[in-house]
Amino acid sequence: MPNTSHNDDRIEAKFRELRGLREGALVAYLTGGDPDPKTFLANSTALIEGGADIVEIGIPFSDPIADGPVIQASSMRALSNGTTPLVVLNMIRELSTQFPVPFVVLSYYNPILAMGLDRFLQKARESGVDGIVVPDLPVEESEEFRNISLKHNVDNIYLAAPNTSRTRLRTVLDKSKGFLYLVSIYGVTGPRDSLSPQALEAVRAVKFLARGKIPVSAGFGISQPEHVSAVIQSGADGAIVGSALVRIVGNHLDDPSQAETQLKKTVQSLKEATRLSSKLE
Amino acid sequence: MKKHAEPRTHSKPGKFGKYGGQYVPETLMEPLRALEEAYNRFSRDPSCKKELAGWLDDFAGRPTPLYLATNLTSHVGGARIYLKREDLLHGGAHKINNTLGQALLAKKMGKRRIIAETGAGQHGVATAMACAALGLRAEVYMGSEDMDRQKLNVYRMKMLGAKVHPVESGSKTLKDAINEALRDWVTNVQDTYYLLGSVVGPHPYPTMVRDFQSVIGKEARKQIMQQEGGLPKALVACVGGGSNSIGIFHSFLHDPDVDLYGVEAGGESLSPGQNAAPLVAGREGVLHGMMTYVLQNEVGQVQTTRSISAGLDYPGVGPEHAFLMTAGRAKYVTVSDEEALEAFKNLSQLEGIMPALESAHAISYTMKLAKSLGTRDSIIVNLSGRGDKDVEIVAKHLPQ
Ligand SMILES: Cc1ncc(COP(=O)(O)O)c(C=O)c1O
Repeated sequence: MPNTSHNDDRIEAKFRELRGLREGALVAYLTGGDPDPKTFLANSTALIEGGADIVEIGIPFSDPIADGPVIQASSMRALSNGTTPLVVLNMIRELSTQFPVPFVVLSYYNPILAMGLDRFLQKARESGVDGIVVPDLPVEESEEFRNISLKHNVDNIYLAAPNTSRTRLRTVLDKSKGFLYLVSIYGVTGPRDSLSPQALEAVRAVKFLARGKIPVSAGFGISQPEHVSAVIQSGADGAIVGSALVRIVGNHLDDPSQAETQLKKTVQSLKEATRLSSKLE
Repeated sequence: MKKHAEPRTHSKPGKFGKYGGQYVPETLMEPLRALEEAYNRFSRDPSCKKELAGWLDDFAGRPTPLYLATNLTSHVGGARIYLKREDLLHGGAHKINNTLGQALLAKKMGKRRIIAETGAGQHGVATAMACAALGLRAEVYMGSEDMDRQKLNVYRMKMLGAKVHPVESGSKTLKDAINEALRDWVTNVQDTYYLLGSVVGPHPYPTMVRDFQSVIGKEARKQIMQQEGGLPKALVACVGGGSNSIGIFHSFLHDPDVDLYGVEAGGESLSPGQNAAPLVAGREGVLHGMMTYVLQNEVGQVQTTRSISAGLDYPGVGPEHAFLMTAGRAKYVTVSDEEALEAFKNLSQLEGIMPALESAHAISYTMKLAKSLGTRDSIIVNLSGRGDKDVEIVAKHLPQ
């Protein structure tokens, strides 16, 4: 049954709203259930209070091949306390009933298959999930998944990489809903000190082909306000920050309230960097 | 076993029925396409084929004998048992058939940096050998747990000039070594070739590695026709990722009267976590870029595995095996740690041949099968490797 308390296309509506304000979107990521359900809920709340425009929640997986050490460790923490896909979806439901921000789920394909595509996507929708990213499901393998996500009104967010060919990029742009997730570098997720010029080039190239038909958000290795403002200045509609936030969680396992404070502060400064009018040099 | 005609043609390249495919991060789609294209060119080029055949004969030691194990046969009292002697190859296992093929391909593609994963260290050693011979740089990912268990192979790889990267993530074994090699490849796609060790992973690996290993079955078919004047009743091979088994099966797929048996690691028992038998004890899923059978819990987390034989200790299996099983063309069974040890002893003492513990699984099932067949029948078992690497483990379990 479609969730009537939820409007459709909230992700693209959010991008439209931000464009009007001359701002990029800050997409903030945490791994669901990390380090425990209660702390995770508090940390997610901190992201939202800090000003995250879209919240992306990862479903922990035993073999996260697209992730670097920081997110791998968070997945292990979450799994070791018994976090399952259903537990994560239920926590998103708790958050989505309190806060109006759009929610995106990131999950590797196997946990989705294990639950069943239809059951997973229906449950996701009922929990207030607006979009989904599956990092190991390229367009070529995703026809059935895409049809079912369309049916349940969950935006299927595809990824593009710096080496995605033009032909495939057109297909990926055409099939994506919500936004296109641009993996701006060669590599796995992880905080990096600097942003390569190549990442900004990738943003410009993809934006050109997107022709304004779908928002483009850049992720992987974007960890500091300067990185965020650079990708937004280069034309990206959003910046996705994951490992830099997850690292804060991992650094404060003994003092969760400190993690909350830090997360909120960090998100505030990252969000500030999405404002095109702001003078962040 | 029910007889089946040749399995239906595959739906599209890289798919075996619904299994296989390319379930990988976007960054790998382009290098996989380039690899497929380069491999297609390589496999159609007579001069490449000739060059590879030269390496296989002169460097690796092909062809390998098909040996009638008369003592074992009369001990069991049933079908004649033939051993396909891949244990006599350079490096001591079938792995070199694949590493020479891929290393040559990498060289043709202009890649100079080769990465690989290894569990027991056999594929790592075979990669290091091929790379040293062809002048390529090898870096091998190996779980730190496995490095402790297989110290000798770590030393062999280093002596052969390879760099060994310990993997500390996840369960610190083969599946995590593959994860880490994939992460390396995503990061260094431009100059790096990923030399996968079995018929697993995304397309084109399952097809390409199978082609390179098919030399086993091509030889065996000719040899059995010469020696027996007819086809065998059955083939038996152990299944880790599934490369030695698919290698020997492939030339017999279209002979419906030849039964195919793949032997998985039964470990301690068939309960979760106690074996490495995805086809027998697992479910359909996606791991390491392929749709196949996977040992996993009810919510789709990949399970840890257990086997006395490190080369079989993997929670997934090549997609073509998933297809052959569901299509009814091949049958998959398990042999426990204890039975494998017993077979190790039997073959050593009856034939003067120490099998790898992996291959001992196949020997054990062959003995059961031979007993159930008549003396007019014959069986070929793929002796995928020799047992020197396992002597320490066997000594621990089978005190004199
Ligand atoms: C001797 C031997 N046999 C079999 C295997 C299992 O691999 P596969 O199933 O790909 O042949 C290994 C793997 O290390 C091996 O060393």
